[in-house]
Amino acid sequence: MSFELILFYLFATVLVLAALAVISVKNSVHAALFLVLTFFTSAALWLLLQAEFLAIALVLVYVGAVMVLFLFVVMMLDIKSEPLREGFIRYLPVGIIVALAMLAEMIGLIGVRTMAITAPADPGGASNTAWLGNALFSQFLLPFEIAAVILTVALVAAIMLTLRRRVGTRHQNPAEQVAVKASDRVRIVKMTSVTKGASAP
Amino acid sequence: MITLSHYIVLGAILFCISVAGIFINRKNVIVLLMAIELMLLAVNTNFVAFSRFLGDVSGQVFVFFILTVAAAESAIGLAILVVLFRNRATINVAEIDSMKG
Repeated sequence: MSFELILFYLFATVLVLAALAVISVKNSVHAALFLVLTFFTSAALWLLLQAEFLAIALVLVYVGAVMVLFLFVVMMLDIKSEPLREGFIRYLPVGIIVALAMLAEMIGLIGVRTMAITAPADPGGASNTAWLGNALFSQFLLPFEIAAVILTVALVAAIMLTLRRRVGTRHQNPAEQVAVKASDRVRIVKMTSVTKGASAP
Repeated sequence: MITLSHYIVLGAILFCISVAGIFINRKNVIVLLMAIELMLLAVNTNFVAFSRFLGDVSGQVFVFFILTVAAAESAIGLAILVVLFRNRATINVAEIDSMKG
């Protein structure tokens, strides 16, 4: 058994145990933390597959951003966990049976023997990032731009969904501020001038 | 020597765990969202494994796009969750029945 295979089994065991913990622990904060462990272990497995760029991106994007967002939301909402767990025992047998049946079907369909091919040596040359970047900015340029647009739309949508206008608070209205005219600010009043010299002889 | 079937079986196990998670946590929206993230991770593992073993870069590019869309999806999902909690003071799926569906 090679060193690589030992590492694979180690990471795979941690991955499966952490994933089981995500779906079974009582506290949602603990579930989010176990999900962080799952993503981290998965990034290690991707490193074993020589996909360095995606492994680092998984750690940065998921562990660094998405899971922090999850933790924020879980801690911000005041959730009582007892009513959310009431169907747990009832649906546990169904879940296990469906999962095991799906797993048996999938492994039967995959054909473990026929897929037992080994990796070619270094398909993309020395740098995985350069390999991925070359494909991304030549062959997949339009999907890349569309992905950027999707991220912008998601940003705007998330802000607009959670924006709350309370009544009674004092806030600025930038549209009115920009649309203001000079006549709204200053009123010029015509009046006859009174001078001291006019009445004096 | 690690073969392709190692990774595919691992992806299948991870996918089945997340399906079981959707079945047993059907009241809690947050854990449902986490189970969806686990499913996407299983699919991504398969993509990366095929990309490596077939020597084709397209699999990794696809994983890149899946990561992008999944990040956008979880951001909007959590925003909807926050608004839902603000309006109904619950995230229990069983109590969200105002549309009588």
